[in-house]
Amino acid sequence: MIDPVSASRIQFALTTIVHIVFPVVSMGLAPFLIYFTWKEIRTGEAIYEQLRRFWTRIFAVSFVVGTVTGIVLEFEFGTNFAAFSTAAGELFGGPLAVEGMMAFMLEATFLGVFVFGRERVGNALYMVSAVAVGLGTWLSAVWILIANSWMQTPRGFELVTENGQPIVTLVDPIAAYANPRFPWMFVHMQNAAVESVALFMAGLGAYFVFRHYVWEYPVENVRFWEATLKFGLLALLITAPLQVVHGDLYARHVFVTQPQKFAAMEAVWETSSYVPEYVVAFPTSLGDLLDPRAKEIFGIGIPGGASWLASGGDPQATIQGLEEFEGPQPPVALVFWAFRLMVALGFWFVLLAVWGGYRWWRGELREDDLLQKALMLSAPLGIVAVELGWIVTEVGRQPWVIQDVLKTADGVSSGLTAAEATTTLVGFAVVYLALLALYAYVVARIVRAGPPAVTDARDRTVTAVTEASADD
Amino acid sequence: MTDPATLAGEPLFGLPLPDVWFGLLFFIFATFLFLDGFDFGVGALFAGREDEADRERLLAAIGPFWDGNEVWLVVFGGAMFAAFPSVYANLFSRHYLLMFAILGALILRGLAPEMYEQRHDETWQRWWGRAFVVGSVTAPFFLGLFVANWLLGATTIVTLPGVVVGLAVVALTVVDGVAFLRVKTRGELRENLRSTGYRALAAYLALIVATLGYVYVAVPALRPRLFAAPVAALVLATLALAGVYAAATRADRYYVAFGAAAGLVFALVGVVAGLLYPVVDPVTGLTVEDAIVSTLPLNLMTVAAAVLLPLVVVYFVVLYSAFSGPIEPGETY
Repeated sequence: MIDPVSASRIQFALTTIVHIVFPVVSMGLAPFLIYFTWKEIRTGEAIYEQLRRFWTRIFAVSFVVGTVTGIVLEFEFGTNFAAFSTAAGELFGGPLAVEGMMAFMLEATFLGVFVFGRERVGNALYMVSAVAVGLGTWLSAVWILIANSWMQTPRGFELVTENGQPIVTLVDPIAAYANPRFPWMFVHMQNAAVESVALFMAGLGAYFVFRHYVWEYPVENVRFWEATLKFGLLALLITAPLQVVHGDLYARHVFVTQPQKFAAMEAVWETSSYVPEYVVAFPTSLGDLLDPRAKEIFGIGIPGGASWLASGGDPQATIQGLEEFEGPQPPVALVFWAFRLMVALGFWFVLLAVWGGYRWWRGELREDDLLQKALMLSAPLGIVAVELGWIVTEVGRQPWVIQDVLKTADGVSSGLTAAEATTTLVGFAVVYLALLALYAYVVARIVRAGPPAVTDARDRTVTAVTEASADD
Repeated sequence: MTDPATLAGEPLFGLPLPDVWFGLLFFIFATFLFLDGFDFGVGALFAGREDEADRERLLAAIGPFWDGNEVWLVVFGGAMFAAFPSVYANLFSRHYLLMFAILGALILRGLAPEMYEQRHDETWQRWWGRAFVVGSVTAPFFLGLFVANWLLGATTIVTLPGVVVGLAVVALTVVDGVAFLRVKTRGELRENLRSTGYRALAAYLALIVATLGYVYVAVPALRPRLFAAPVAALVLATLALAGVYAAATRADRYYVAFGAAAGLVFALVGVVAGLLYPVVDPVTGLTVEDAIVSTLPLNLMTVAAAVLLPLVVVYFVVLYSAFSGPIEPGETY
């Protein structure tokens, strides 16, 4: 049996790690679906209908699995983190309720029209439903991140004691909900979602293009996959550089507002200036494995790099060390490595975008085998980077569930028994991993089935038009 | 934007907001139980349909709707979290395993139709068909059990009245599902469902009578509220609505029967709310006034709900009118 606190933490971590995959796909696909629908209605070209229908199938499956995994998360606050829910309900419940009413409702109702209604409703309402679904997915992120950003940099509240329990009461809603962390989280998250989908599209397109031209294994819809590859690359060219730029600004904000998290990201134990940025770092003794920068390390560091990044240009800047903070520390190694891997992936995506963009510009997109292989292998890495980013965000602020206000361990339901918590943990581990496998299987089937055959509104011969539109 | 300083003082427009939110909470729950109820009912009826074309029609009937319907449960959770955070925390952590049973059933129910349509071989569809039925029957059963335990202040998972209420809710979702399918289908399927509807209605009434009898005999604390005007009126309304449902079903007045089914769900949830009020959680004894959040967030939530809930109604009108009438041949999930 695992103790209720640990079991609840593992369970919440597991359910969020699995759940986040599906909203990322929904949010990332939304702008593409709006664009494809608009072009389909405007031009009547078959390729856009194929793109819209193919990616809508993936969107619909992601939405279903996202819904069933997301409902669990909402209720886990009540079941496993009752003390947190009681203490913070005044500030935290509101955004969740508004998310349901404002965003989730919009998305779920119009998704019905968008998925099932092409033959039932006119073009105008169909376009409205595409925009409404997209808007719904993005507004969901707004409200969830408003709630989360308040936990990272809480303000606008007072702490009072009611019946011996600490209760957070709302005093200034604007300070609380227009939280300084929110814009950084939102921009970084939304851009990451689009970037992840762009990588997936580019990788998937590259696979079929490669199969067709290099393996000479004829692919029926190679024009469709070339279009997919190009849309993916185009979106990657826009999102990948942006992600690095505001990622850096976001890290500076963390340095100012959550110094303990920043120290964990850089594994700085003693307060010092001119802190190097370690690219890799290993302890020599296995006993120090949880501390990547323990004494006698092997490491490659850029002198003054961490200070330079934290302060935005001053290599002499002082970084507070973890030793300055009382009580337990976040698991430093996990945060340190998750951060490094995420940043490395971010730069890799920029390289891929530039490389692919250059080949495309030169008209050599089909010819570069190495690029195709790199794109294929990178298809799932956007999602991996998102997961790593959330590990930095959520594990990095431990032991706090609300930074400097409430510890995670104090937020767990008091009546919960080890048996109950362990039962549901094991149950959810099995169910969620099965869901993930099932999702991968279904997406693979949709991909194998390929785009649906459509007849063009303007030209009965589908292939002629798709070829023409993919060449321009 | 209203100034936060004024919002912190008095309840908005002098309204009795704690009571309003108590009512709103049960209204949201009833809406969920009515709307997702017919999805559950369709899932239960799926078990009795061997014909592949019939099964496809059942899935096509709920296809565009169930996502939106289920969001009402999310809104219920969110609204309870926002308005009565301590009740939300106490109630759900106390019914820990039951909550996870509900969530597990909803996962199965939500996933199954989507998966069913992904492959068209027999084994795959047989198993996802079963998953759809199991999820659709267990979700309302566990929900009924949960609500009964909540109302009666039970702290164990399985209680006799809880099981009876669970079965009653399952029967009610079948009544609801039949009414919905009779609007959405034609021909033989529609005709065959009529007798299923009568039987489910009879079962529902018998189970509800048993529950009310139990409450009268075994829970003296609730006895006066049982005979208070609102609850008594709703019980009588249930009988009247059952009569309307039966007559309308007989006369093929499909929309009237569907409306009566909605009324039955709202009456049931109304009875639960009436028996509870003014307490929100009998185990802790917390009343509406004790458990409500402080004035500022309550006022903000009220403004948000007053703006957003009418919009939600508009979305549902758009959705249901886009897919109104019987499903056309060729429409699939």
